Amino acid sequence: MRFTNTMDRPAYRWPRGVRIALWFLLIALACIPFTDLEISSLDPWIDLSRLLRGFMAPQLMQPSLVIEALLATLAFAFAGVGLAVVCGFVLALAFNNPVMRGFCALLRSIHELFWALIFLQFFGLHPLTGLLAIAVPYAGVFARMFAEILDQVPKQPEQTLPADTGYLSALLYTRLPLAWPHLVSYTSYRLECGIRSSAILGFVGLPTLGYYLESSFSQGYYPEVAALLILFYLLVASKKLWLRRWTFPVFIVGSPFFMGEGMPIIWGNVWRFFSQDIVPAPLRGSDASWQSLIDWFTHILIDQALPGVWNTLILSQVALAVTGLFALSLFPLISRHCFSPAGRLPGHLFLVIARSTPEYLLAYILLQLLGPSMLPAVIALAIHNGALIGYLTGRHSNEIQLRHDAPRRRLDRYCYELLPRTYPAFLSFMLYRWEVIMRETAILGVLGIQTIGFFVDSAIQEIRFDVALLLILIAAMMNIFVDLIARRVQRSFIG
Amino acid sequence: MSALAIHSGPLGYDGQTVLQPVSLDIQAGEQLILLGKSGCGKSTLLNHIYTENRKECALIPQGLGLVDRLSVFHNIYMGRLSHYGLLHNLRNLVMPAAARVDEILPLLERLGLSDKCFATVADLSGGQRQRVAVARALYQGASVLLADEPVSALDGPEADRVMSLLNQHFNTAVITLHDVERALRYGQRIIAIQHGEVVLDEPAKRLSVNTLNAFY
Repeated sequence: MRFTNTMDRPAYRWPRGVRIALWFLLIALACIPFTDLEISSLDPWIDLSRLLRGFMAPQLMQPSLVIEALLATLAFAFAGVGLAVVCGFVLALAFNNPVMRGFCALLRSIHELFWALIFLQFFGLHPLTGLLAIAVPYAGVFARMFAEILDQVPKQPEQTLPADTGYLSALLYTRLPLAWPHLVSYTSYRLECGIRSSAILGFVGLPTLGYYLESSFSQGYYPEVAALLILFYLLVASKKLWLRRWTFPVFIVGSPFFMGEGMPIIWGNVWRFFSQDIVPAPLRGSDASWQSLIDWFTHILIDQALPGVWNTLILSQVALAVTGLFALSLFPLISRHCFSPAGRLPGHLFLVIARSTPEYLLAYILLQLLGPSMLPAVIALAIHNGALIGYLTGRHSNEIQLRHDAPRRRLDRYCYELLPRTYPAFLSFMLYRWEVIMRETAILGVLGIQTIGFFVDSAIQEIRFDVALLLILIAAMMNIFVDLIARRVQRSFIG
Repeated sequence: MSALAIHSGPLGYDGQTVLQPVSLDIQAGEQLILLGKSGCGKSTLLNHIYTENRKECALIPQGLGLVDRLSVFHNIYMGRLSHYGLLHNLRNLVMPAAARVDEILPLLERLGLSDKCFATVADLSGGQRQRVAVARALYQGASVLLADEPVSALDGPEADRVMSLLNQHFNTAVITLHDVERALRYGQRIIAIQHGEVVLDEPAKRLSVNTLNAFY
């Protein structure tokens, strides 16, 4: 039957999930005119080809140094994550308390490099700086995830326990064993993140991989850069081989011995940091007044915080959209519904490399190649996060059982079967990643892009820690705010 | 003497009433069987009784409430977590106490599970899991049993063995069943629920299989 009158024809409305994505895309498009996407280096291809040639003929610097750097990278990762797991678990048990939830949100909304910059001021280049820089934000992350996991455990076993069973007994006999596999797999995933974070800490002077990468790169020794990167990929990719149930405690116990000596802590500095450095400048003198404090505050807000927040916002929105497009086009590469096992190999290889390269490192390399602008940051964020979400979505698509008469043409199959079925999972990965991208965008400022990290870094260089701390707190508020929005969108999408 | 007195308001969830108000006095020594089609409100009533009288009751829920990753022994021991202090519970979790194992082994033997003491519950069959939940209730030592289809996954003779074990062990019980003959064999008082209302409450002696079949 044909409709003769258009009035009778029911109107099609895009599903909610699609409309959400389109809004994000529109916002990103609106941001582009304000984003500096220029390629400013004279000839990016020369450096790029030299870097690629380095990968053809990688060259190790002193092997003993490299081994020490790899061990230090692992040591900081294990000790930091280990400490965070313990603290995070205890925090998770009190997660119902709103004050505790806010406290954990604050811990995790400050990037590990910011934590490192803070701890550097009073512990100096001591192993404690690296350990806490990882442990503190990760404890906040673990607290939230552990609390969620413990919450999702079936309730019946605990309900059948006799009345008056003690809190800890009930926890140890029911909730903990029920949640155990999820806790372990999440911790193992986080350990991989910890190794990346630990490598990056080298950029602020700790003896991990990043330290040697930066020094080789800045001197233009590309074969050395390539060798270090390849070793790093091998280390991450072979995690399943060396990380076993019985090796884990060995690594934890052994890690303090491989963090390097560092410099001794000067406790006077610690005291000075809290009593003077972070006290807002106008309050330090004897003639402190409300007016001078307000002037100080508005001055920082207008000259540094506002441009920093603005640039962080537009850059992260553009990066988020590109990440999504990238992930959606990448995930079929590792989907069993699109390619044969052999055909999926290149996709797997690319995704492994792209997702194990920290965005900070990628941005650092791309900045050297393309020159200072926001473009390297967008590409770096999109490659790392897009590959990660592409991998998760692809893995999700492999769990789908297609009917026997599913469309034969790959594009039909993608659009009609795979995309609609994996889309909800994809969208929730993206919403979860939004806050992470925002946090990373802020930190990329340390490399010279004018996001809020740039202003934090400049304040630290000028030894104005009061300003740095204020800016870090503003960045943290921004992340907490985005996290709240993301969760609200997520709920509206599910509900 | 009345062991449990239940006077409930309308029961349900999500604002939907599943069961109209119920008033019941359960005497000590009474074995009460709840009958009715699935979804009629039996489980709702049972859960209500449990939440109101947690102290005296041992519960075998329909979902069993087992912790899959722990051993049969630990799942049964959980029935007495509140009897022991935290330290003993901890120690027993890491290294089962010989005295506790000796208490639990005879139970396992009577339930035909003696070779499964330290097997992981996840590795058991449906019938075996159900018997573990039964053993946990027996071990708890509560005075009243509340059981939701406790023998649904067991075959005939096995089911009868478990039912008579429960019968000997608890002199007061509220058990939901869907097998009419078994209800008459083990219950002293039968309650039938239909469309969210109690439609029959009689001593089992006065009932026959035919009258009860009417409720299915």
